Amino acid sequence: MRPFTYLSAPDVTTALRAIATEPGARLLAGGTNLVDLMRQDVERPTTVVDISTLPLDEVQELPAGGLRIGALVRNSRLAAHPAVRSRYPVLSQAVLSGASGQLRNMATVGGNLLQRTRCPYFADGTAACNKRDPGSGCAAIGGFHRGSAVLGTSEHCIATHPSDMAVALVALDAVVEVQSLRGTRRIPLAELHVLPGDTPDVETALDPDELVTAVELPALPVAASSRYRKVRDRASFAFALVSVAAAMEVADGTVTAARLALGGVAARPWRAHLAERALVGAPATEEDFRRAATAELATAVGRPQNAFKIELARRTVVATLHQLTTEGGAA
Amino acid sequence: MRLTCTVNGDRHEVDDVWEGESLLYVLRERMGLPGSKNACEQGECGSCTVYLDGVPVCACLVAAGQAQGREVGTVEGLAGPGELHPVQEAFLEAGAVQCGFCTPGLLVATDDLVRRSRAEGRRPADAEIREALAGNLCRCTGYEKILDAVRLAADRMAGEAR
Ligand SMILES: Cc1cc2nc3c(=O)[nH]c(=O)nc-3n(C[C@H](O)[C@H](O)[C@H](O)COP(=O)(O)OP(=O)(O)OC[C@H]3O[C@@H](n4cnc5c(N)ncnc54)[C@H](O)[C@@H]3O)c2cc1C
Ligand code: SF4
Ligand code: FES
Ligand code: FES
Repeated sequence: MRPFTYLSAPDVTTALRAIATEPGARLLAGGTNLVDLMRQDVERPTTVVDISTLPLDEVQELPAGGLRIGALVRNSRLAAHPAVRSRYPVLSQAVLSGASGQLRNMATVGGNLLQRTRCPYFADGTAACNKRDPGSGCAAIGGFHRGSAVLGTSEHCIATHPSDMAVALVALDAVVEVQSLRGTRRIPLAELHVLPGDTPDVETALDPDELVTAVELPALPVAASSRYRKVRDRASFAFALVSVAAAMEVADGTVTAARLALGGVAARPWRAHLAERALVGAPATEEDFRRAATAELATAVGRPQNAFKIELARRTVVATLHQLTTEGGAA
Repeated sequence: MRLTCTVNGDRHEVDDVWEGESLLYVLRERMGLPGSKNACEQGECGSCTVYLDGVPVCACLVAAGQAQGREVGTVEGLAGPGELHPVQEAFLEAGAVQCGFCTPGLLVATDDLVRRSRAEGRRPADAEIREALAGNLCRCTGYEKILDAVRLAADRMAGEAR
């Protein structure tokens, strides 16, 4: 690990000032991603701004019925929170499906959203990688890409966004609150992560001087009936090959409301608007679920090792929606 | 920096610590507590599991600077000198230890699981044990004896005061 200056921020303003004035500064929250990448020499901050003790660790009720989740709420606390479990079970399940107990005890909401890709070449300094080293090429295309994305990719990068939590949040219409010395702004989570295009090194809509302070969930009745389903190579402690966050309401056999997002298959947490449009108003049958999934995956691009994800995603959508109609949601 | 934190109930002060070194390194190399093991240094294996402010974490991913003023609990602190904690006894009796490299992390993770379920007045179900220990990899035992040990520890600790 390279030498750096360490600053433990006593308050938000100190942290904001540090990232506004020091171009090589990085924020340190739970550290489970940043420390790992610094050790692998992928992240090379000159200053590390430790924000882990800032008072952004509360889950609060919003006047309009939603929840405000501080950026430093630990993943394990978020998953166990009674309001999350009862009103947004998909979020609790998604968080619990990620990493291990030890890591969820350390990981924060902000850090989880902003974790970097798990593409193996990204962490391998000897490999070509446009995300790590712009213009160097993409070793995954033509190399090992079984885990890579099929949606939202470009010829410059086919990496997935690895977060499970973010898939649930994007399905729930979450909004990210961001602060800098210039003020506070709110970004829909669906717009926080940007597609790789020809600049895969640019991953988010955040400016370098911005700090995520909170994530807000709107009141969303349909979310009470929601589930997260994650398909991976082993039963636990593995990143998703495919995952589905779904919330759905059915009345008299017809879908009246639906929220759907996909993980493990896309360059960013993937809100499945096309599938939602196909679902609402249609009968709640497996055939219709399959048609909706197919609509969403129409633009998917599979490569030799990861083309299986397209059919796997379709089946996982159908299975998750079917489970919602038969068993309802669950925390 | 001068790192001040509580480890196994005792206040420790260590000088010349670099904020970027891991808590695991500080424990093993600077405080003479080599119980927590260093295997992957990536959060993958759990052999470095310690309590930080009462919850298990991977010490290999905690920057030393982040441990300032906090409370750390390691495998050395589970039982008093010369004694064994019920979780340690259960691991020995069940034959859940082979090379032993994963053991310290598993002991801390098991202690946490058993305490949490006991606080809710119940024993952990098998599925729950598997999930709770998913972050602790063992290359030797095949896990069956470890599951036996956790069940045994949960039985023994059920009767103890909370
Ligand atoms: C072995 C292993 C397995 C894992 N498995 C999974 C899995 O299955 N599913 C899954 O979803 N995740 C998984 N993870 C990833 C894990 O969820 C993330 O590492 C974690 O959520 C990151 O949170 P953190 O607080 O530790 O972030 P940090 O490491 O502290 O920070 C990560 C990044 O976010 C930035 N950042 C942090 N907070 C803020 C903020 N408030 N504002 C602006 N920027 C910020 C940092 O500067 C850094 O760039 C795994 C990780 C490991 C090590
Ligand atoms: S897929 Fe993206 S992250 Fe992976 S090697 Fe290619 S450019 Fe790098
Ligand atoms: S050494 Fe820390 S998790 Fe492996
Ligand atoms: S006993 Fe050898 S790794 Fe578990």
